[in-house]
Order: sequence, then C-alpha cells, then structure tokens
Amino acid sequence: MHEGAAPSAATRRRRAKARGDEGIRYPRWFWPSFSIPGTVWIVVLFLLPFYAILSVAFGTIDPIFGTAVPVWNPLHWNFASFGYVMNQTFLIGGLYRPAFIRTITYVVIAVGASLLIGYPVAYFIARYGGRYKGALLVGLIAPFWISYLMRMLAWVNLLQDDGLVNKFLLDLHLIGAPIHWLDGKPYTLVFGLIYGYIPYMILPLFAGLDRIDGSLLEASRDLGASRTRTFMHVTLPLSKQAILAGTIIVMLPMFGDYYTNDLLSKSPTTSMVGNLIDHSLNSPQVTLAAGLVVELTILLLLPMLYYLYATNREKRLRSAA
Amino acid sequence: MTQRTLDEPAATVAAPPAAGPRSGGFARWWRDVVRNPWGKPRFLFLFTMLYMIWSLAPVAIAVLFSFNSGRSRSSLQGLSLRWYTGDPIDSVFHDPTLRGALAQSLKLSLLTTVIAVPLGVAFALGLDRWRGRGSGSSNFLMLLSFVTPEIIMGVSLFIVFTKLLSLIGLGTNAQLLGLITFEMAYPVIIVRARLLSIGKEYEEAAMDLGASSTQAVRLTLLPMLLPAIFASAMLVFADTIDDFIIARYLSAGAGTETIPIRIYDTARATVTPALNALATLMLGSTMLAVVAGFLVYRYLTKGERREGTALDSFAAQM
Repeated sequence: MHEGAAPSAATRRRRAKARGDEGIRYPRWFWPSFSIPGTVWIVVLFLLPFYAILSVAFGTIDPIFGTAVPVWNPLHWNFASFGYVMNQTFLIGGLYRPAFIRTITYVVIAVGASLLIGYPVAYFIARYGGRYKGALLVGLIAPFWISYLMRMLAWVNLLQDDGLVNKFLLDLHLIGAPIHWLDGKPYTLVFGLIYGYIPYMILPLFAGLDRIDGSLLEASRDLGASRTRTFMHVTLPLSKQAILAGTIIVMLPMFGDYYTNDLLSKSPTTSMVGNLIDHSLNSPQVTLAAGLVVELTILLLLPMLYYLYATNREKRLRSAA
Repeated sequence: MTQRTLDEPAATVAAPPAAGPRSGGFARWWRDVVRNPWGKPRFLFLFTMLYMIWSLAPVAIAVLFSFNSGRSRSSLQGLSLRWYTGDPIDSVFHDPTLRGALAQSLKLSLLTTVIAVPLGVAFALGLDRWRGRGSGSSNFLMLLSFVTPEIIMGVSLFIVFTKLLSLIGLGTNAQLLGLITFEMAYPVIIVRARLLSIGKEYEEAAMDLGASSTQAVRLTLLPMLLPAIFASAMLVFADTIDDFIIARYLSAGAGTETIPIRIYDTARATVTPALNALATLMLGSTMLAVVAGFLVYRYLTKGERREGTALDSFAAQM
C-alpha cells in the first residue's frame, strides 16, 4: 500500500506516461472501493438470506416448542421436511399437488392470453403509432406506476355484488341476479392475473417489434409476399426473442403471486403456490414455507437465468447500435 | 428550366398525399394510418384503444369514487373530499390506521431512495470501471437479485430477520433494509447504461488538467450522470411506494403497515371509499415522482438528444 500514498496525482501520471501505460491513472484500490459497499450489502442481504432459507428448509424442528431450528452447517442438513414437501407436491393425492397443478394451469392460460392481447397492441403502436407513439407509450407505461394492489382494488370495486359490472349487466337484462364474481371463481382469478401482469408483457413486445426495420417488411411485400406471409415469415420470427422475454417476465411473479387470489377469490379452491407459501410462514410451519420456496426457486431458476442472459444481450445490442 | 418538365410528373403524383405525419391533427394521422402501405389496421386501432380503456378505466373509476360523497363504491352521490379529510371518523385524515399507512409508505420510500441511490450509483461506477477478480461475481449477484421473484426475496428476508438477525427484528428497519436490497439494482442498471455512452475521455482530460482521481469523478462523471441518477431516484421512489411483498413480510403489524398492505388487508371487508382515497393519494405521489422525474430529466438532457423525444429516452431508462 506504500506505493499509492506518497506521490501526487501529477507525478503518478508522469511516471505512468514514462512507463507507456497512460490508461492506468487511478490507484488500484480506487474503483473497487466503489463496488465494495454494494457488494457487501448484496452478500449480506441477498445471498446470506438465501442461505438462511436453505438452512431452515433443511433444518429441524424443536421437539418442545415446535419452532423451526435452522441448521447452518450443510454437513448436518436434514432433508426430512424437504422430502415431505416434495412428496406432497409430486405424489398423487399430495397436499400441495392441486395448488401446483392449478398454478401451472392458471399461469399458462394467463400468459397465453396476455400474449394474444398484448401482441396486437404492441404491434399496432410499434408499426402505426406514428406521431402518437409517445402518447400511446405513456398509456402502456402508466400501469407500471399504479400499484398492483390498487389495480386489484379497482376490480374488487367493480366486481363486488353491487358493483358496476353487475349493475351494468342487470340494466341490460343480460343476467337476472347479480353474479358473485369474487367468491372463488377461477376465471375471475385468471382475469385478474391477465389484467395485473399484461403491461409487463406488452413493453418488451413493443421494444422488440419497434426495433424491426420497416424496410425488411417492405422488401418482403415487394418480393410478392402477402401480408399474412410477411407477418408469419418476417415479423413473427424477428419478434421471437421479445415474446420469450415477455413470457418470462410475467411468468416469474405469477408463480409467486398470492395476493391476486386473496383479493379476487379468497377461496381455498383457487389457491396457488404463493398462497401455500404465505399460509405456512407462521412459526411452526416456516420449515415448510422455506421448503416450498426452495422448490419454487428450482422451478424458476432456468427462466431466471435466461432472463439474465437475455437482458445482457439486449444491453450489448443497445450499446452496439 | 429543362429539368422542370422532368420533375413535373413526379411532383404531381407526390403532391396530393404529401400529408406527412408532421402536419395536421388527429384526423390526418388517422388518414395516414388508413392509407398505410401495410394495410388498413382499423381492427388493430380499435383493439388498441379498447385495451387502453380496459387497462386504465377501472383505476380511473376507483379514483372517481374516492371523491364520492356517499358511502358507496358503485353509485356516485355527488363529489366531495369527505373520504380524504371531511369525515370525522373514517376519512384518511382522521382514521389513524389510514393516516399511519400513508406516513409509513412515504417514510419508507424517501429513506429507501436516499440510501439505495447513492449505494447503487457507486456500485455502478465500481462495476463499470473495475475489471478485477470478483467484479464478475459481484455483477452477477446484483443482476440475480434483480430477476429474483419478490416472494423468494421476501420470505428469505423474513427468515433472516426472525431467525438470524433477530436483534433487528421485523419493523421499519427490516423493511428499509429489504427494500434497499430490492431497489438497489435500478440505479445500478440505469447508471451503467449511461456510463456506456460516456466513455473515459472526460475523466482523462480532467486528470491531464491536474485533477485528482476523486476530483475527476466528482467534477466530470457525476455531473454527466446526473440525469440518470435523478431518473433512477424517481423510479426507486415510485417503485418503493407501490411495493407490497417485501414491505408486508417485514412489517411488524399495525404500526408499520404501508398503503398496499392496508389495501390487501381491507379491500374485501371495507365499506367506505376511504380506502380508494388512500389508494388515490398513493397514486398521486407516484405520478408526481414520475412526472417530476421526467421533467427534470428533460431539462438535464436538453440539447443532447439526437433522435426521438425526451419521453422516448426517459421510457428507455425503464
């Protein structure tokens, strides 16, 4: 450390110039010291907590108090309760199995519907937005800045028994009595998931479609391809990455969602994996909650890593452009 | 003069539809849309408008009913501020649980912004300029924290604060630590994106002129990063005020409940529009932060945009 202390910046620079390595002008410790606080923070409050989850999931339960006892040494990990969680998830008749199957079903339907609704919207704004593109973009981004819970509250208001939706349908004589939308209807829940997460799908779709060079489409049309053919063979393949990115972005939070269900259904018949985790967070069952979180992490690890890879590539593309 | 005849046919063909997208109002834009060489996307236009209405109208209705003078959340009985300040028992101003939630939300968002942004900006500078051993894993961890679903992070932090750091325990401190961890990635990502376009020339020039390394960073890099820093601060503020999962898992009951937690707990049971009023106040704070962020961003980047509008580049920051 004695080399960095004494000479002035100018002297150091002169020496560096003499050595021929003009690029190195900062002391060795200079830039690392910028990342140290952030790195320490993230190790203590992100990496360590994840290790804590493993220690609880593979830990034991105090026989007297019934509380979870984390086991910090991986050599002493005990897989009994994690084995229980796995059995309840995968064996036929398992306690957690229905919620897992439901979650996957709801997520697949909701993601599919979001894509079907979101793609045309993103396509229209990217291709035909023209001078109104900015304004339309504001409309797309606005839901990002409205709390998810408030957006669900808005639908609770609309869908309650004496809410505006029922009023409207009654006025039109489409229904004879109010429909109880909010007491455990799977379609209300899936609708809520679509409504809640679709903005996160549309934005990456828009970014992908907006980047497609219009002259490629013109070329395709000039060469005699029909509109449908152009779409199928040029636009769609070029937006494949955006579709994948959008799918993953909405899929990740949907798998851990429990509040949509609690607000729009509140019935155990529609509970999802997130509800299982949320319910078992109370003291004696926290081992099970940790086990479920580990399971969920394993399930979502691949999409998470792909998302990381995709955003990195995106950044490279952006900086190259 | 001979060229005139050559140009004539082209000019007459080009003249009538010359209605470029730059002139005229909505009607003209609409005509352009209809005339588009790729077809007549009337259906797409309608579909997009329906989507926008579907997406935004429910929230607008919820906001409207927060001003209802009656107790109903489905029939409007005149407009008033009853549920904000007027009602002596149930209004946001008078109900201690609602007022407490508003205060806690604002407090957490402000403190999170003040701590997470400097931490993130420094982290971004370090990650961008330091290519030594460990910087790769540090970067990977930061990005991993960004893509990890919030419930995984929330539950793991809950376990840490109840089993490991029980000294801190649940409550405001835990919420703050959790939210900073979750939000720190935003300034890192936004500032790094901006650093890519800045390069090292400015610092080198400053140092050639005699600045020390610290001065070079403070006097050249930081001013150029200011728009990104500001944009990320507003983003972090707006995102924290809306946060639900981490704030809820790390809250210690009534005193540390935030607005989204309040909505979650009482949306199905509540009987007055006071909850809508509370939600509207939250929406108002978020919008204020985002609009202020956009305006300042536009002011700070004045004269350096080559293409697109400030809105586009601000949106790109997200």
